Amino acid sequence: MMKKVKCECGHINHEGTVLCEACGKPIEGNQHIDGNDQNKLLNMRYDGSARRSQTYKRTFIDKTWAFFSSVKVGVWLIALALIASAIGTIYPQYMNANTPIPANQYYEQEYGITGQIFYQLGFHELYSSWWFIILIALIGISLVICSIDRVVPLHRALKNQKPKRHEIFVKRQRFFAETENVNQSERKTLIENLKKRRYKITEQDGHIMAEKNRFSRWGPYVNHIGLIIILLAAILRMFPFMYDEGYVWVREGETREVPTTNGEYYIENEKFVYETWDRHDDRFQEALKNEEFDVPSNFQTNAVVYKAKEEVVTGQLPEMEEVKRHEIRLNEPLNVDSYKIYQSGTQLRSEYGRITLSVNNEDGSSLGSFGFLPNNNKREYELNDGYIAYIDSYYPELEFTEEGPSSSSKHPRNPGFVFEVHNPNGDVEGRYFYLGEQIIPLSDDSVYNVDVEDTELITATGLLVQKDHSLIYFLIGAMIFMVGVAQGLYWHHRRVWIHPKEDGSLLIAGHTNKNWYGLKEDIRQAMSDTSLNLVKDQQEKL
Amino acid sequence: MTKKKKRRLIFRTVVLTVLVATTIFVLYINAKSDDPLLAQGDQAPNFVLERMLSDETIELEELKGKGVMINFWATYCEPCKKEMPHMEELYAEYEEKGIEIVAVSVDKNSMVIEDFYNRLNLSFPLVHDKNGTVMDRYQVVPLPTSYFINPDGTIERVVKGPLTLEKLEGYFKEILPED
Repeated sequence: MMKKVKCECGHINHEGTVLCEACGKPIEGNQHIDGNDQNKLLNMRYDGSARRSQTYKRTFIDKTWAFFSSVKVGVWLIALALIASAIGTIYPQYMNANTPIPANQYYEQEYGITGQIFYQLGFHELYSSWWFIILIALIGISLVICSIDRVVPLHRALKNQKPKRHEIFVKRQRFFAETENVNQSERKTLIENLKKRRYKITEQDGHIMAEKNRFSRWGPYVNHIGLIIILLAAILRMFPFMYDEGYVWVREGETREVPTTNGEYYIENEKFVYETWDRHDDRFQEALKNEEFDVPSNFQTNAVVYKAKEEVVTGQLPEMEEVKRHEIRLNEPLNVDSYKIYQSGTQLRSEYGRITLSVNNEDGSSLGSFGFLPNNNKREYELNDGYIAYIDSYYPELEFTEEGPSSSSKHPRNPGFVFEVHNPNGDVEGRYFYLGEQIIPLSDDSVYNVDVEDTELITATGLLVQKDHSLIYFLIGAMIFMVGVAQGLYWHHRRVWIHPKEDGSLLIAGHTNKNWYGLKEDIRQAMSDTSLNLVKDQQEKL
Repeated sequence: MTKKKKRRLIFRTVVLTVLVATTIFVLYINAKSDDPLLAQGDQAPNFVLERMLSDETIELEELKGKGVMINFWATYCEPCKKEMPHMEELYAEYEEKGIEIVAVSVDKNSMVIEDFYNRLNLSFPLVHDKNGTVMDRYQVVPLPTSYFINPDGTIERVVKGPLTLEKLEGYFKEILPED
């Protein structure tokens, strides 16, 4: 059975109430809860209302509830999350490690035994490790239960408070003064002045309560609602329909499927623009005089986005139509549908787009030239007079192994190729190896002089593709959070009690949740035309 | 009074249940996001690619009824090249028993594939995934990666990394058609 406590003023309080909701008289037997038995002043926390969790524990549910209702528990959970996050920064998170080595080997190889522990405990992917998620969830649970358990009784206590307070309550407030023989007009002036200062006045049997900015007390709960919305937004972000992300490298001249769009969009890198600040420019001397190289000023992809006009089986290219053209730069993503495509990586002029070779007869006359395209499947390039250059073999990133020339990747970063010059009859008239921008004749009877005329380098652009419908919820949550913070910080709940005694003296007490100086100024100015004693800060005496 | 107490217990139970259920749900979603999209038992995604050195196309769908090995490889991948002769060796025997091999090259330039293929004189079908879309769909991370597909089109096994002759033969037997 839950016990109710009846106060001498007649109000019935819940079990565990520290100060009577109506008159504020300390309820006997409960003063230890807020430590009032130790101090001269009353602890006004939650207005002395009954936090049920502190008194009522029976079933498993109630015990769990009480656990989460504790602010101490909440603070500990936050501290643990903070410590865990800090530990997570000791070694790089796996997604930022940029390594082809699997995580289970990487941390041990790189950082030894501590790295191994780091990995085994899941710190390498902290935000998706189960125990970190549970920790954050526990903070969320604590947030909800702490709020419910405090806002309800506090709201009730503030709603039920009566202007007429018990003398003990008034005397044990931090701001208190007693003035003897106060006449009616002085009392009236005080009340009028408080009204001018936007206090709401309520009266009961000549007892007055002046109160303002009560809504400031809801600030913490409003900001908790904001935090909960942020947590919910984080949950939404786990679903691909709310949030999706991909990355694609596109070479100049290449068209690639936009990742995460399931073949709906394709993107072409028409041209990559790289610009720098000239470090020799007089204007930049001050800033750039110590720079060894020109400082980049722009990384830009001139991109074209195409939309598939039909659905095709994977592997086939659909018919497409151009839907968007955009110069993608830092902070200037391409927007298509709900996707944003950001400039986020470059392999600057790292691959060969064209290698132009000129073929000359021994006497110096030209047999023509041809531009080998490393990314093209073309084997035969025409020269003059029906002669052709025939590509015999090609190595995009040339290296020599025991088995001879070979390639270490598919990208023409260091292309090498063997080609032959065929006469119009199809006879081979020379065999050459192009490597490292040089030509090496492979047969003794090679009759032509082949020179490298020109090489053209292309840039690969790294594009980050992102779809994020969850941002708006983070924004809403953050705004509500800020409203709550402002509400609680920039306004202060102030109350002044005016308690007439039968002998004609007047007790005046004041309470606020913060900025006591401001409350004192309010009271001082309200008393300015009276001979009332200014309230004294009783805490200073202690 | 008791009624009120009961109501409070119900309220607390409901709130705690919702919070705990949400937590479990989040943990489940999080755990699932680590799983590969394609695993044993899933339907192998269909694809169509042109068969190299021929005019045909190869569509996975049309190979239903056969056990299919899809081998993702590239000419710049040494272990891939080493397992090719094993595949060739077994292909001669298992083709008749209803096994098909589709070697999907993720190279960029088809010249390098042709040269390699002709040099080794391989007989199983070779396709070129020049846009990388099939590779993306099959989430190929290391090369080589091999998918072994049952005659009904479901994935029997995903092997990341090179295969030995013995293992390869064992995996072929797993996906052998009934008759």
